[in-house]
Amino acid sequence: MTIRTIDPDPRTAALHDGASALGLADLGEIRIADVVHLVGDLDGDAKRSLHALLVDPLLQIGTWDTPTGRAVEIVPQPGVTDPGADAARHASEQLGIGLRHAATGLRVEFDEAIDDADVDELVRRLLANPIVDRWQHEPFEIDAVDDPEPPAVADVVPIRGADDARLHAIDTERSLALDPAELRIIRDHFEELGRDPTDVELETLAQTWSEHCAHKTFRAAVVVRSAGDENGADDESDGSLDGDEADAPRSPLLDRLRRCTDAIDAPFVKSAFVGNAGIVEFVPGTTLAVKAETHNHPSAVEPFGGANTGVGGVIRDVLGAAHRPIAVTDILCFGFDDLPLDELPDGSLHPRRIRAGVIDGVADYGNKIGLPTVAGAILYDPAYTTNPLVFAGCIGSAPSRALHDGPHAGDRILVLGGATGRDGIRGATFSSATMNATTGEVAGASVQIGDPIVEKLLIDALVGAEDLYSAITDCGAGGLSSAIGEMAEGVGADVDLTLVPRKYPGLAPWEVWLSEAQERMVIAVTPRNVSAIAKRCERVGLDWADVGHFTGDGVLHVHHAGTTVARLDTDFLHDGRPRRTMTAAPPTPRRGTPTSRTVDDPVDTLLRLLRHPNIASKEAVIHRYDHEILGSTVVRPLVGVAGDAPADGVVIAEPTAQHGIALGIGVNPWIGLHDPEAMAFAVVDEAIRNCVAVGADPDRVALLDNFSWGDPRRESTMGDLVAAVDGCCAAAYTFGAPFVSGKDSLNNEYIGADGERHAVPPTLVITAMAHVPDADRCVTPDLGEPGDVLFLLGTTSPEFAGSHLDLVLGEPDDPGVAPSPDPDAPDNYRRLHAAISAGLVSACHDVSEGGLAVALAEMCIGGRVGAAIDTLPDDDLVTSLFSESIGRLLISVSPPLVSEFLRAMDDGVLQIGEVSASGMLTLPGVEPVMVDDLVDAFTNPDISVDHRSSS
Amino acid sequence: MSGVEAVVIAGPGTNRDGDVADALRLAGALPRIVLADELVETRRFLDDADLAVVAGGFSYADSLGAGRMLALDLTLGLGDRLRDFVASGRPVIGICNGFQVLTRAGLLPGALGHNAQGHFECRWVVLDAPKSNSVWTTGLDSPIHCPIAHGEGRYVHPDPESLETAGQVALRYRSTNPNGSVGDIAGVSDASGVVLGLMPHPENHIVARQHPLHRRGGGGDEHLGLRIFENGIRHAASL
Repeated sequence: MTIRTIDPDPRTAALHDGASALGLADLGEIRIADVVHLVGDLDGDAKRSLHALLVDPLLQIGTWDTPTGRAVEIVPQPGVTDPGADAARHASEQLGIGLRHAATGLRVEFDEAIDDADVDELVRRLLANPIVDRWQHEPFEIDAVDDPEPPAVADVVPIRGADDARLHAIDTERSLALDPAELRIIRDHFEELGRDPTDVELETLAQTWSEHCAHKTFRAAVVVRSAGDENGADDESDGSLDGDEADAPRSPLLDRLRRCTDAIDAPFVKSAFVGNAGIVEFVPGTTLAVKAETHNHPSAVEPFGGANTGVGGVIRDVLGAAHRPIAVTDILCFGFDDLPLDELPDGSLHPRRIRAGVIDGVADYGNKIGLPTVAGAILYDPAYTTNPLVFAGCIGSAPSRALHDGPHAGDRILVLGGATGRDGIRGATFSSATMNATTGEVAGASVQIGDPIVEKLLIDALVGAEDLYSAITDCGAGGLSSAIGEMAEGVGADVDLTLVPRKYPGLAPWEVWLSEAQERMVIAVTPRNVSAIAKRCERVGLDWADVGHFTGDGVLHVHHAGTTVARLDTDFLHDGRPRRTMTAAPPTPRRGTPTSRTVDDPVDTLLRLLRHPNIASKEAVIHRYDHEILGSTVVRPLVGVAGDAPADGVVIAEPTAQHGIALGIGVNPWIGLHDPEAMAFAVVDEAIRNCVAVGADPDRVALLDNFSWGDPRRESTMGDLVAAVDGCCAAAYTFGAPFVSGKDSLNNEYIGADGERHAVPPTLVITAMAHVPDADRCVTPDLGEPGDVLFLLGTTSPEFAGSHLDLVLGEPDDPGVAPSPDPDAPDNYRRLHAAISAGLVSACHDVSEGGLAVALAEMCIGGRVGAAIDTLPDDDLVTSLFSESIGRLLISVSPPLVSEFLRAMDDGVLQIGEVSASGMLTLPGVEPVMVDDLVDAFTNPDISVDHRSSS
Repeated sequence: MSGVEAVVIAGPGTNRDGDVADALRLAGALPRIVLADELVETRRFLDDADLAVVAGGFSYADSLGAGRMLALDLTLGLGDRLRDFVASGRPVIGICNGFQVLTRAGLLPGALGHNAQGHFECRWVVLDAPKSNSVWTTGLDSPIHCPIAHGEGRYVHPDPESLETAGQVALRYRSTNPNGSVGDIAGVSDASGVVLGLMPHPENHIVARQHPLHRRGGGGDEHLGLRIFENGIRHAASL
């Protein structure tokens, strides 16, 4: 059936916009229709009732006739999630109509005169992605395919006696992404066993030992090489790299972060760096789980599906920590919109399409599953053109309870959720490899489209069932092999793959075991509780299967139709991997020689900064996300009179609860290009500062780290990573804020058709989650009453390396120094928190990208009110206005409260001016600027690279 | 506490059932969230209730059109029982996806198409309650403030003037029409006035702190979405 809308279909307008933005041929009038393929013996009655269901006569016209004319039809690849087909099957069942097969598609119709090549270009650039879609110019004849069941045996891979060249060939052939040392250990292990591995065993090892699952770099011993030192010795040149013996390899990065958390010993940390998410307890009786993940490679090749399943995955992480998900975060990094198509490397999607797809993917999952997407950021840099970054986070809440201590021998292994198909096979090894021009084609199966409704059912079934299982984990990268493999560590498991529900026949055992079909959780359940779990699943309509049990013999035994396909010692699986030693060449940042800048026209510069897409309003995107569901969003990502000004942190609190939690994000890769250690400190400071600015307690903050980095086998890249971890640890100690979880995504590089290497800048995202004692006392940046007095907290120095001023005006030959830590910040934040808690602050905003001038402008925009500034923090105007020194906040205070505020702050603030009724922002020595002009610049972002060229 | 028992109807993918249950509880009713299948199996869940809500969300992921699958489940599963419920004068409200379900089930006039801007939109709106037949908006002197969050909320009706004449336009968007709805219509009644369908989410404005301008003195008790639920509950209690 082909269904067309009566009113203009808004999708056609989006298509025209997209085509014109990319400079594609004008294709004249375009019509879009939805196609539903319903295959079966449908009589007249059946057709009538399906027509009545599928076509709303007020909105649509439907026809059973096969359409003709110039068009393209796009349908999902076989096996790709098609919720429309599922709905059609459900409806037919309800209506008592027998259907053999169902599928949905999109038909795009053109005028006859349009050239086929132009149509294909449009489809390829904007409409379809061969990774998940197929298309043709004729209507599809779709029918069910009977895929023959393959012989249920595993292949044996001859590995014994293989030399390095042969091992390499096996690695390449099967896309294992293992390194030579690892391959040799596997060969030796099987030589010892006197047999060759099966494909199931080899793939299980590759997944478990992948960078994605094993975090080999963060667990590697690190040899720090000083600049120019060929011997790998370490001369302890950097004072901050303390705590280890000089010449010996340093402890792994993950250990450093863990030790730091142990040393801070915060009483609220319940679980750090263990399991799926970090767990804290700010208020007795309630614990919070927090996790953020990256989904960079999948989002590069299939932006919608990649971002979609990224959100789904991190929600499952929180569910896998036995917490009810309550909010989602997203931090996105893209290239600029105006990249000419001829500069786009082959095999890459255009940044505009990546952005649109990623944002749709994030919105689709969060909105449908019913979680507010609250905190986030969007960053633009040419370096993200072909390697976008997608960081998705999730917060969960649960009544306090002891951590699960299973699985125990005898527990049943239950798989809950969607059926298993050939989806996302080898995702863990895919995301651990550097992308090249053909990645988009060969990695096709690695990306899937999510099905948020199934995951909603998982939440419905599992929240409240915490006492019925002894262990829980999600099926993410590596599928069942990772999930059951991890749970079985030290216990052992016996799994019958024939019991795993399949989407369709024809799957080889290794495919079932490795499949990354989304929306599945694995739980360990004592036999007497199985029926209670089953009942919960059946109530909400969630499929479940009992696929085996945990044994107690320490062996992972997987069989299929009575034949063993894998028998692996879990000790070897989890501890057999040789520990890597990585060599790091630490960066040599400029320190101690600050340089200022010259700015000819401060007002024009301010307006250009406000228009820069990193700073300008994200309103258009934020309204795509439901940030209201659950009714808990107290401080939204958009604030102010007109709801278009940026918040610092966001606050969520149940509608009738007094306390809440603040979420703050810190990220600044541009500082990272100059000084990764200073960047790490700065972004931790920013994340915490964002929380403090809305009313959170600086002494109850938990942190997450997410590193997206280039290839760490390059010594300088590894050196940047080591320096960044040093900065993280230093900041965590300084603020007494422990890291509770983290994730690294390495190899964010792209080798383009030009043969050149493209790496992302060192991108560290810090998420701070902090306790808000009184959600009724939150403050936001929007200025209030004229006459309110404005104060600046913190120290301003000429720190411009990595600043947005340089992004806008161009970087000078000597960029000077990056922002350095402010030792007074922790005490400043505590005093400010006391002042906010006492109700003395009417508005507060952190000073970050673009410096004081941008922060003041944003406060004016929020309140649609002016400000008259009479005092600046530095003698140098440009430093005062545009330096990005960290640790600073702007605060406005009602006049009667000023003396009390100053007492609370121990007089450690600079009075700089007041809120003014003039409708202008006036700064000493600068032409006054109308607030309307600030609004105009801020609300019209320029997502093109053009404005970045120096004036 | 009014003693009014409210049934909150949910399907697979309904996600604001908890929010609306909170709103009903705060407004004095006793809510029970019931899945469509349970509603079909256990007659008393609907038959003994004083008030019914079809909650918002993405039932069946909006596949093949928002609300269509859940409407099918309810019409085939419940037969005339939902219609009988309405005929007995007991109040029914469908919010967002629930509104889409009720139009598809034939309990409310009109239809809901894709937003004119072509995508999902979440923002706060201001709703006027013109004089109408709705028991849910009786005596609302002040506009209601609450968020919308939908992709298919453009209200379509072949003859909106007739709807107005019949007193069935219960809520209108003030100043900002967020989705291209005909006549700025945000909510409509059935001919009897006991059924209300609306796209916005009054259940997400039940305490003053939820208002985005609360800190600046915006919102306030008279603008709470809670008022709509209080009206429905009052009507149910009076039966």
